[in-house]
This record gives sequence, C-alpha cells and structure tokens, in this order.
Amino acid sequence: MIFQIELFIPELYLLALIGGLFVLTVGPQSWWRFLRYLPLAAGVGIGVAALSFQFSGLMLYGAYQVDGLSQFFKLAIFLGLAVTCLNALNQPTLSEEKRPDYFLFLCLSALGLMLLSSAVELVTIFLALELASYSLYALIPLRSKEPAAAEAGIKYILFGAVVTALAMYGLSYILGVHHTTYLSELMTKTWSWSEAPAALIGLTLFLGALFYKLALFPLHFWCPDVYEGASNETAAFVATLPKLGAVVVLVRLSTLLDPSMEVTMLLAVLAAVSMTFGNLSALVQNDLKRLLGYSSVSHAGYVMLGIVAGTAAGLAAAAFYAVVYLLMNLACFWVICRLSTDGRNLKLDDLNGLYQRSPGLALVLAVSAFALVGLPPTAGFMGKLFLLNSAWMEGYHWLVIIAVLNSAIAIYYYLNLVRHAYTREAPVTASGEVQAVPNPGLLWGGLLAAAVLWLGVAPATLFSFAQLAGAAAGGVLP
Amino acid sequence: MIDTGFPVLSALIFFPLLAAIGLFFLRDERTIRLYTLVVGLIEMGLAAPLFRFDLSTAEFQFVEIMPWVPAWNMHYHVGVDGISILMIFLTVLLLPLCVLCSWTYIGKRVKEFHFCLLLMIGACVGIFSALDFVLFYIFWEAMLIPMFLLIAVWGGPNKRYASLKFFIYTLAGSTLFLAAIVAFFVNTGTFSIPELMTHEYSFRFQFWTFLAMALAFAIKVPMFPFHTWLPAAHVEAPTAGSVLLASILLKMGTYGFLRFCLPLTPAASEYFAPLMITISIVSILYGGAIALGQRDMKKLIAYSSVAHMGFVTLGIFVFTMRGVEGAIMQMINHGITTGALFMLVGAIYERSHSREIADNMGLGKYLPAYMFFFGLFAIASFGFPGTNGFVSEALVLIGVFEASYLLGALAIPGVMLAAAYMLRLGLKLAWGQPSQAATWKDLNIREWVYLAPLAVLVLYLGLMPTLALKTINPSVVHLLNQYESRKTLHLESSLQPEPPVQSIQLSATRGTDQ
Repeated sequence: MIFQIELFIPELYLLALIGGLFVLTVGPQSWWRFLRYLPLAAGVGIGVAALSFQFSGLMLYGAYQVDGLSQFFKLAIFLGLAVTCLNALNQPTLSEEKRPDYFLFLCLSALGLMLLSSAVELVTIFLALELASYSLYALIPLRSKEPAAAEAGIKYILFGAVVTALAMYGLSYILGVHHTTYLSELMTKTWSWSEAPAALIGLTLFLGALFYKLALFPLHFWCPDVYEGASNETAAFVATLPKLGAVVVLVRLSTLLDPSMEVTMLLAVLAAVSMTFGNLSALVQNDLKRLLGYSSVSHAGYVMLGIVAGTAAGLAAAAFYAVVYLLMNLACFWVICRLSTDGRNLKLDDLNGLYQRSPGLALVLAVSAFALVGLPPTAGFMGKLFLLNSAWMEGYHWLVIIAVLNSAIAIYYYLNLVRHAYTREAPVTASGEVQAVPNPGLLWGGLLAAAVLWLGVAPATLFSFAQLAGAAAGGVLP
Repeated sequence: MIDTGFPVLSALIFFPLLAAIGLFFLRDERTIRLYTLVVGLIEMGLAAPLFRFDLSTAEFQFVEIMPWVPAWNMHYHVGVDGISILMIFLTVLLLPLCVLCSWTYIGKRVKEFHFCLLLMIGACVGIFSALDFVLFYIFWEAMLIPMFLLIAVWGGPNKRYASLKFFIYTLAGSTLFLAAIVAFFVNTGTFSIPELMTHEYSFRFQFWTFLAMALAFAIKVPMFPFHTWLPAAHVEAPTAGSVLLASILLKMGTYGFLRFCLPLTPAASEYFAPLMITISIVSILYGGAIALGQRDMKKLIAYSSVAHMGFVTLGIFVFTMRGVEGAIMQMINHGITTGALFMLVGAIYERSHSREIADNMGLGKYLPAYMFFFGLFAIASFGFPGTNGFVSEALVLIGVFEASYLLGALAIPGVMLAAAYMLRLGLKLAWGQPSQAATWKDLNIREWVYLAPLAVLVLYLGLMPTLALKTINPSVVHLLNQYESRKTLHLESSLQPEPPVQSIQLSATRGTDQ
C-alpha cells in the first residue's frame, strides 16, 4: 500500500498545526495572540495519537510503518510538545517578533521525531532525523543578548554535521555490503565481525548519529554546553523530545542486534561508561542545566540496558523508561523555567530556600529529583527496575551491578537539589521579606509531578502499552 | 488464615498517608497537632483487629493479595506472622507518642513535620507487612525521604552533614539489595516472598545474594564497621526522629535478616554465621565501650543502640530457638526502652537546652518523676530483672550458651558494660553536682501521658512475657525448622554445579524470534 490516510492522522494533525503556525509567521502581529492556544492544540494531539492506536500497517513502499511502537512514541511526543509549548509560552529571553517562528521550528522538530518513530528504512530514518535536527539548529541560538547561545548553536551544528556525515558514510557501507536499507531485510543478514566487517563498521557509524542525539558517551560532550547556552525553555525541549526519537530508532535497530554480537557488547560497555561518566561529572556541577545535562548522559546509559537486552520485555522497558524520563525531566525543567523569571541560567544556590518562596515548586522539584535518582515510590524506580530485570535476564549481571551502584553516586547531586530547596534559607530582600516566586504555574508542574508519582505506584497500564510497543518492535512486518 | 473481610494491613498503611494529605487543609498549628494526634489514635484503633491474630500457626495472616504489574508478576501482597506483628504494634503505638513528644519541641514548619511523621509511619507498617519483594523495597527506600527531611529540616546545628551521611550511607547500602531482588526474580519468576521461600538456590547464588542483602541490613542495624552514620543522625535528629530511628528503623535491618537471609539463603547464612557472630560481638563490646566514654546523652544512647542491636544479630545467627526468640523480643524491647530514653532526653533538652550530661546533673531532687522514668528505662535498657530488657537479653544469652560456651563468655562483658554506662549516666543525672535544675519544672501531664504507656509495657513485658513469646513462637519454630532442613539439603545439592541463571537465559524468549 502506498498511502493510507488513516494511518497518517497524527502526522497530518501536526502538519496542519505547522501550516497554521506558518501563516502566523507571515501574518499580521495581531494574529499572534492565537499562539497561546498552541499548547491546547498540542494537547488535543495527544488525544488524536491515542485514537490512532488501533491502526497498524505499512506504507510508502514499506518504508513507513505504523504499529504499537510508533503510536506509543507519537503519543509521548505530543505530550512532550504540549508541555514544552506551555513552558515556552512566556519565554523571557525570546524577542516578541521571533515568537511564531520559534514555535514553528519547535513543531517541525517534533514532526521530524514523529516521522522517525515510524521509519523502518535507513534513508527514511536519516531524513526524519535531519528534519528533527535542522529545526533544533535554528532553535538553540534563539536567546536574546546571549553570546553563549550562539556558541552553543554553532557547537551543536558543527558536531551534528560531522556525526551526520559519518552516519551517511556508515549507511553507504551497509548498503554496499547488504544491498538493502530496509530493516526487515537487514534483520536476516549477518552482522558479525568475521563475516561482514564492513557492514558492522557501517552499523556502528550509523548508530553514532543516534548516540549523538541520545547524548551517549562518547558522543555526549555537546550536551552540557548546549543546555547551558540555550535558553531554559529550549533546553527543556532539547533534553527530552530528541531522546525519545533516538530511543525509538534504537529500539527498531535492536532487532538487528543479538547478545552474541560484538556490537551489542560495545553498546553494553558504552552504556556502563556513559552512566558512570555522566554521574561522576554531574557531581561537581554548579550550574543546574549543566547538571541536568550530565544527568541525561547517565540516563542515556540506563536506557541502553533495555536496548542491549533486546528482548520484547527489554524494549518495552526502554520505551517505558523513555516516557518516564520525559516526564521527570520536564517536571525538573518546569521548576527551573518558573524560577528563572528573567531567563538567566540558575546556579544551585538559586534554589536556596525554594521551600519558603514556593512550597509547591519545591515539592515538584523534590519529586522529580527523587525520580531521577530512581527512588521509590516514583516512576523513576519502576522504570529502572524493569530495565534491570530485562538486562539481568539476558545475563548482563555486571551491567546491572554497575547500574545500581550508579544510583549511589547519583544520589548525591540530586539530593543536593532537594537540600538546597529545603534546608537552606532563602535570600531576603532589604525589607527582610522572602521573595515569593511569581507565576509558579503550580497546576501544570503539579500535574507532571503527580504523573511521575502515579506511574511509580501504578505502572501497569502504561507498561502494557509499552509492551505492545516492544512486541511490535520485535517483529518488523515483512 | 483469618479472613475478616476488612483489609486491616492496607488500612494501617494507607490511612496515615491519606491523613497526611488532609494536613494540607489545616492552618493553625494547634489544630495540626491535635489532628495528627487523633489520626494516631484512630490508627491504633484500626490496629485492633490484629488482636485476632491466631497464635497457633506460623502461616501469614491477614493476607491481602492483588495483581499490581502483571507483566512482571508483581503483586500487592501483604500479611503478618509472629515475627512482624509485634513490630507493627510498636510502630502504630509510637505515632501518637511522637506527636505528643514533639508538641513543644517542634516550633517551625509544624505542618510539614507532621506530614513527614505520617508518611514515616505508613511506610514503616508497609515494610513490616510487605510480602512482595518489590513492595518491600519500595517502602524500604521510600521511608528514607521523610526521615531525611526530619533530620535535615528540624535537626540540630550539624544537620546537613548528618542527614546527608544518613541518606547516602543507607541508600548506597541498599543498591546492591535491589540487584539481589532482580536476581531472585530472574531466577524464579516471582517477587512473592512466601513463594521464594519454597525455591531452591545453588550455593553460589546464595553466597552473592546473601552478601548483597546482608550489606543493606547490616548498615541499617547498624553493625560494627557500618555504624558511623548512627551517632551523627541520632544527635542531630529531633526527638521524634530519634525515637523513630531507634525504635523502628534499626529493627528493619534485623527484620531483614530474619525475613530474607535465613529463609531464602539458608546455606549462605550458615556459611557466613561465624562472620556475622564475630561482627555482632564486636558491635556489642565496641558499642558498649564507646558509650562508656560519651558526654553527650544522645550519643551515649546511640552507641548503646549499636551494642543492643549486636545482641539481636547475635541471637539470630546462633540459630537456636531461644536465641532467635530472644532476638525478636530484644527488637521490641530495645524499641520501647531506647525510644523512651530518647523522649526523656528530648524532655530535659527542652528545659536545659543542652544534651551534655554535665549540664543536666542533679535532677533527683528537683525532678523526681522525671528521674523515676529515667531510672526505670535505664535499668530496663541494661536488662535488670523484672524489666523487659532482662527477658530478651537472658533469652539471647541462653541461646548463645546453648550454641557455644565461648561465645556466651564473650557476650557477657557486653552486659556488664551496659550496666556500667547506664548506671553512670543515671548516677550523674540523679545526684551529680553542680546542679542547675532548681528552677526546672517536673514532668507535666503531656509528658506523663507519653511516657506512661511505655513504662507499663516495660513492666508488662518484663513480668509477663508469655503472650508475646506465644505470639512469636510458632513463626520462630517454623523458621528454624525450615532453616535446619534446607541448609543441609543445600550443602548437598550445591555439590552439583548448575547455576540456575543459565537456564533462564536459555528459556527467555528474544524479541527477535517472534
């Protein structure tokens, strides 16, 4: 089947949104007030994606697959998009005339990620990845009067371009050796070093592009710098949604992998190094966004546990963890964005006495920090438990032990957030009063925190969806 | 199994949690205290159905089970047996007492304090009743957060250091415990603790899982080289925090040994018993010796806890009937007496604003009621006949002597040390000079109210321990029978080298195969 419109509904919906945004960018300024309905529109997208869960099929000459996995991630992407749009609505460091363009790029990037979650052919994957990336290249420097933002943007583009070029090069190797770019056909080919060394090199290079997106060691170095340079609101987007895209492609590609293969072992080692390195580096960070940057390096390592396990259970665990990661990071960034009313970067000391300034935000921060450590009763714990289970089942005992020991390292810096918020005194103004946080946005922050807690207490429903996704990834349709 | 239809344990776990949410709607400090007190009393009322506990069986009672995460075979599964029920009673009893002893002690952020208190109690009941490994671990870790806040927010001058040390130490210890839980699950396909107890594990598997679990429990107890977080946490914690720490938290470690190490890894327990016994004796002697030299009352009691908990682990790892019974009794008794001692320290701190012994001397003349309670709990603490401490220490010592005269002889100095440091403390407090207590008021009604129930328990368990012993006896007999039969079985079957982990690897289906 070349094209079935009903399979394409979530993407079409987002495309319509993007069309609307494009009209806004060229339209008169009086139309811009419609921008405030964007989060709502993205929120409706969650419903659209949920309705499309029932469809599955293959289209565009077998390059585009709609299944449980893709719909699961499309739903998550809409969710993340809605929250980040809401978060970025009143961005203090964005000049007024760039506002529609900013959201246009945001939605375009999300569209790229959405296409990515359905792509089952290497060139399609590559194109979708580029659509997602190019929009981000434009977004990152959009921070007024901040040279660091330009630096971050250039860094992201240059390294991104190099990694992309390498991935393209790797793709040519794969095509040259196996004469196909369809995952369903590549599944049946050999990937061992002894039989097809060139294909293995190609696959490794191609995976590199995804590791770059995911910020997995050794392609993580951009992550803290870009988070630091980009505005808080942009960082919230960069930190969460592209990771979803990387995870979904890794889940698809993991059908090529086998525990006996060299590349799987390489991935396991990278996972271990990534979590340890990320956590150790985060220990000494003072800037909140850099801290979260290194934390996301370590979380990339955790997600890889499910990917290297490669079982349906492992992939389901990875998908589940990706959503949990999205929620807990968004909750954390929500607090940062609300707290940084003038859009500057926050240091750890800026959290001092947050408890007095806004008890609600302090609670949201505490919940997300404990979730990021993986402490019960939050979703972070459940996600980690599922990953550990699936990795241990495949015999990666050493990897599981490294992963649990890493929580002991990580607890220090996450707990530091809570300590600053709860045990230090807030700075007082000249009149001796504590300055409350204006517009704490408690409703949405609270909802995010509640979702993190709820998924920790009752993960069964979401996990059953993740299982559908994992099972779908297990068998690429012929 | 008694089927009352009413989910007693769930009610005990979730009522405090729900009540904690209700706190958000209250403003006045006095209302908040009264509300929490009433919640505590209702919680005690909710525990009443537990008195229908069947004394004749070792089965888990009041069991509730329902599916939780079917994909991983996780269940919400709670129940009690003779080992855990007394701890649940103690936990529930402590809630109103903690509210009362913090009535004037806690002056800031009153709402949040009681919020943490309620969360703690819910989580602690959860720990002692969970029969699903993941559920247990969730309560085990979740309990850290309110405890951390209790120390970090309402603690003394050095609270940041103490709270951080407490949190990192205990969390780091339990990370490998999580790996062990995962290993048990992958090995057997279930998280259900009663079901896990019926499985067989190879010696190699038991060896590593025992070590991973024992590390977590030994830090919690705390046993000798891992005890350094305890004095820091105790000294800085507010009174209610110290009470919960001493009475409940420390017992989680020994409870873990009884609930998991002995039934799940009997062969490894047997193998490591000499090590555990050595550490226990070192804890007893070291804790006692250090306590003898303390000037700070809270530190003294904290180190005495290290010694007393040493008796518990000693009793467990001699694997005799009386040893284990004594250990469980000691868990309860130490919870009562040390909790009470910390309340008394808190009470005198409110008068003198110092925990130094030198600042609190000569109370006998001016605060007779206070000294009466202090004397009672102090002598109970070192095991004076007629008090509850005597029953448990005597049982443990009998158990130890049954196992080995040498071990018994080594433990005896610990008892003498306990008498020495407690009498020294009591002596100085009662008659030491110079005294500053002339203007201090003796115990008021509120203080009487929270000390009297514990004093009654001290005498009741000291003079009539029969009911408590009858409660724990069937479970202990069952535990030891299982242990005896399976430790030998295991040493034989472990001669055949077949790590079960490999069989799982083969049977697990890969996603790619579909």
